[in-house]
Amino acid sequence: MNPRGIGTNVLEVQDLAVTYRPDVRAVRGVSFSVGRGQVLGVVGESGSGKTAVALAVLGLLPDRTEVTGSVRLRGRELLGLSDGEMSRIRGKDLAMVFQDPLSSLTPVHAVGDQIAEAIRIHSGATRGAARARAVELLDLVGIPDAARRARAHPHEFSGGMRQRVMIAMAVANDPLAIVADEPTTALDVTLQAQVLDVLRTAGEAAGAAILMITHDLGMVAGFADRVLVMYAGRAVESGQVEDIYRRPRMPYTIGLLRSLPRLDDAGGRPVPIDGAPPQLNALPPGCPFAPRCPIAVGACWDDEPEMLPVGRPGHAAACLNTPATRDPDAVFPLTPTELLPPIGEDDAARARTSREAVLDVKDLHRFHVEQRNSFGRGKGLLRAVDGVSFDIRAGETLGLVGESGCGKTTVLMEILAMARPRNGGRIEILGEDSAGLDGAGRKALRRNVQVVFQDPFSSLDPRMRVAAILAEPLRTHAFPSEHIPDRVQELLKLVGLEPSHANRHPYGLSGGQRQRVAIARALALEPSLVLLDEPVAALDVSVQAGVIDLLEELRARLGLAYLFVAHDLAVVRRVADRIAVMHRGRIVEIGDVEHVYEDPAHPYTCALLDAVPIPDPVLERKRGRVRLPDVPPDAPRLETGCLFRQRCPRYLALSEASRALCDREDPVSRSIDGEPDRMVACHYALGVST
Amino acid sequence: MTGAMRGRPGRGRAIAGAFLLVLLFLLAFAGPLVSPWGWDDIDFTAFLSPPSARHWFGTTQSGRDVFALTLRGMQKSLIIGLSVAVLSTGLAAVVGTVAGYFGGWADRALMWGVDLLLVLPSFLVMAVLSPALGGGWQALVALLAAFLWMVTARMVRGMTVSLREREWVLAARFLGVGATRTIVRHVLPHLASLLLVDAAVNVSVAILAESGLSYFGFGVRPPDTSLGTVIAESRGAATVFPWLFGFAAGLLVLIVLAVNLLADGLRDVLDPQLAASGPSAEAEAEVTADGARAGSGAGSGEPAVEGSAG
Repeated sequence: MNPRGIGTNVLEVQDLAVTYRPDVRAVRGVSFSVGRGQVLGVVGESGSGKTAVALAVLGLLPDRTEVTGSVRLRGRELLGLSDGEMSRIRGKDLAMVFQDPLSSLTPVHAVGDQIAEAIRIHSGATRGAARARAVELLDLVGIPDAARRARAHPHEFSGGMRQRVMIAMAVANDPLAIVADEPTTALDVTLQAQVLDVLRTAGEAAGAAILMITHDLGMVAGFADRVLVMYAGRAVESGQVEDIYRRPRMPYTIGLLRSLPRLDDAGGRPVPIDGAPPQLNALPPGCPFAPRCPIAVGACWDDEPEMLPVGRPGHAAACLNTPATRDPDAVFPLTPTELLPPIGEDDAARARTSREAVLDVKDLHRFHVEQRNSFGRGKGLLRAVDGVSFDIRAGETLGLVGESGCGKTTVLMEILAMARPRNGGRIEILGEDSAGLDGAGRKALRRNVQVVFQDPFSSLDPRMRVAAILAEPLRTHAFPSEHIPDRVQELLKLVGLEPSHANRHPYGLSGGQRQRVAIARALALEPSLVLLDEPVAALDVSVQAGVIDLLEELRARLGLAYLFVAHDLAVVRRVADRIAVMHRGRIVEIGDVEHVYEDPAHPYTCALLDAVPIPDPVLERKRGRVRLPDVPPDAPRLETGCLFRQRCPRYLALSEASRALCDREDPVSRSIDGEPDRMVACHYALGVST
Repeated sequence: MTGAMRGRPGRGRAIAGAFLLVLLFLLAFAGPLVSPWGWDDIDFTAFLSPPSARHWFGTTQSGRDVFALTLRGMQKSLIIGLSVAVLSTGLAAVVGTVAGYFGGWADRALMWGVDLLLVLPSFLVMAVLSPALGGGWQALVALLAAFLWMVTARMVRGMTVSLREREWVLAARFLGVGATRTIVRHVLPHLASLLLVDAAVNVSVAILAESGLSYFGFGVRPPDTSLGTVIAESRGAATVFPWLFGFAAGLLVLIVLAVNLLADGLRDVLDPQLAASGPSAEAEAEVTADGARAGSGAGSGEPAVEGSAG
C-alpha cells in the first residue's frame, strides 16, 4: 500500500443487491469503487435505491432484508458481519453523515461530549485527550470559538452548524470512508455550499473516500469526482463528473439534466420526463426506463441493458441506443425560452400599475411571544413578519423567497386567515379589506383565493378518493350537484390526469400526480388568485418541470395570479414576473425578476443568488462565492439598525465610519433609480444614489 | 386469515364478527320461542338438575330453567352493552373533537367538565341515582354511558389537536368548508380506529359494570335479569354446579369476542391505506426503496394502531 494511497480503492462494492420484504427489489446489482480521497456521487430520484445502497454499505438495513453481493472496505468484506463487528467498524473506519442533523445528535448532551464519546469508544483515549481532540475537530469544521461552543447543546446551534458537528463526529476517528446521505438537503441554500466545503476539507484531512448520496444534480456537480446515476435499483450511467454533465449518454441522465431549472438560464426551458419510475415489486422485462424514453427502440423492451463503456475512458452507460445519445439535444429537445402571453391581450399591453390589484398587503406585522426562560419571565417578541408590503396585480406571479424561518409562510397564513391582521397591517384581497369581512364574506372570498401546499403527501386527505377531494370545494360553494361529476372530469383533464384517477385514493398516485390533484382542487372554483407554498419542493426533479409547466400553462389559460412562495431561486426565476426577497420578517428587495437576477442590489439577494448551485462542474468550480456567515440562535439579537449586518458581506467591506449608519439606522425601502417597481432596503444598495 | 387476505385485509374478521353477533342476537331473541320453559317458569320436579333433554342448560336452585334465564339475561346485556358503547363513544367523539378543533374557551370548559366527571366516584353516584331515576334499564344505560366516555374524550381531543394542523384540514378550511363538516369529513375518519376499538372495549366494560351494579342491587333488578345477575346469583356454587355459571359466562365471552372481531375488522376495512396491496395501486411511493419517501407517505395517515390479526 503506497503511503499516500490516492487512487487505491478503499471502498469497493460488487454486484450489490438489496431485496426488501416482500419482494421489493430496491437495488439490483450495483458495482462501484471509491478511492482514497475521492468523492463518488450517487444520484437518483426517490425510489431509485440510492438510500438502500448507503444503508447496505453501512450495514444498517432492517433485519429481514436480503442483501447479496460484496462490500469491501480496504479489502475486508463487510456483508455478513455481525452487528457487533459492524459496530466496531462503523464510526471508526466507516463514518456517516445523515440528512437531519437535529435528530442525529442527542439533545441532552453537549456536542463536545458527543464527539469525545465517539472518539473514546473506538480509540480508548482518555477523557481529557478526547475532549481536546473534539475541540480541535470543531475548529476544523469551522465552528468559531470552538472551545466554548464544545460545551453547548445541539439546540444552541443552527442547522448548518449542527451538520458541521456531525461532520466533525464523522471524521473524529480518521475514517477510511464516509457515507453521506443527502447531507445538505435539510439546509438553506446559503449554507449548503459551506457545509459541502467543510465535508470536503474534513474528508481530505482524514484522507477518506466519500460516498455522497443525493438527489441534487446541481450540488454534486461542484463536489464529486465521479458520478453514478441510479434508476430503478440499477446503475444506469457512471463516469467522471465532467463526462456525466457535459456528455451524458444515458437518456435518463440527459432527461434529469434537462429537467433542472437553471439559474444561469443556459439553454431554455426545463423539459419534464414523462411518466413515473416503475414499481420495484413488479418490474417489466427490458430497460426500466424504456416506457419514459423518447428514443427507445424495439430491443429495449426485451432485455435489460448492461453497463457498457461509451465515449471517454471510465464512462459507462446502460443503454442500447447510445449512438442516438451522442447529441443530447436530440433526445430531449429543449424548447427555447418563450414567454407565454401571460394575461389577456388587452391587459398585457397595459402598464403594471394600471392593472387591478388582486392582493395588496400593507405593512403587515405578526409577532410571536416567546418565553426566554422556563419561569415565563423575560418575554421577548419574535417578529416573524415585521412590516411587509407588496401587491400582486391581475395575471401576475410574485415569487416570495427567503431562507427557512424568514417569515414567508407566516405571510401566507396571515393572508389565508382572511381576518384583521393581529399585530397590525392591512390585507386587501380583490379590493376587499380582510378586516371588514364577516363569515359569509370570507367564504365568498375564499372562492377566489385558493392555496396549494408544499407536500402533496399531506395536503390531500388520505381517506378520501380523488373524486371526493375535487368535489369538496364545489359542494362547499353550492355548485349544482348534478354537474359535479362532469366538472371533476374536466378538472382532471385540465391538470393532465386520466379520468380513471377519480376513483383512486391519494396513496395510489405518484407525487407529481398528487400535486396535480392538489392544483386541480385549487382551481375547481376558478379563483383569480392562487397562493402556492413551495409547490414543487417536495417533488422529484424529473416531475418538477412538468408541474411548473402546468402551473404556467394554467396561468396563461385562466388568467390566474400567483403568489409563489419558494426557497429555490432557480424555480422562481422560471415562474415569476416579480420577486420579493425576505430576510427576518422583512422584504429587503422587490422588483422584476429579470432586473433582480441580472443585478441584485441588496447584499442578501446577491448572496442567495451566489449560493444556488449550477449543474455544470466546470462553471460551478469556476464560480467565486460570497459566503454568508451563519448566525447561531444564541447570538445577541439585533434590535436597532440593519438586521442583516451580522451576516452582511458588504458591511464587512465598509469603513468604520460608513458602518455607523448600518448600526444606527434601520434601512427603509427605497426605489432604485430608473426602475419604478423596484425597491431595496439597504443603506448601501447597488444602483441607489445616497 | 385465509379468505380474508383477498380483497381488503380485515374483511374476513369483520364478516366473522358480524355473523357471530347476528347469531347471538338470534339466539337471545328467537331462542325463548323454541324453549319449552319460560324464564319465570319454575319446575318443581327439578331443582339444581344438570343439563338434560328436559332442561338444556340445567336448572337453578329454585327450579328455573337456566337456558331460558340465560337467554333472557343475554337480551338485556346485549342491549345495554351495545347502547352504552355507542352512546359513550359517540359522546367522547363529539366532546373530544369539538374541544380539540375549536380550542380556546370551548376546550377549557369541556375539559374542565371531563376532569370533574373523572374525579366523581362513579359507582356511588350510579348507586344513588339509579333508584332515583326509576331503576329501569334505560336509566342504567344513560348512567353507564355518562361515566365511560371521559378518558376517550381526552384521547380524541389530543389527536384532534394534532390533526387540526394537518395540511388537508387546513386545505379544507381555506376552501371555505365549515367547521362541522371539516370535523365530520376530515377529522373523524382519522379517529375511526381509536373510536372503534374504544366502542368494542366499552361493550365489555358496560356489561361487566352492569353485572357489578346488579350484584349490589343497583342494576337490573329481579325478577328481571341480565347475564351479570345470572352469573352473580351462581357465585359460590359455580364449582359444584358449573352449568349455573358456565353457559352465561361463555355467552358473555362470545359477545365480547364478536364485538371485538367486528370492530377490529372494520377498522382495517375502513383504512384505505391498508387496501393498497391490491394490484390496482400504481403508487411508486409506498414501495420505494428510499425509506424517506415511503415513511412520509405511509406516515401521513392517522396514528397507527397495530392490527392484532394473528
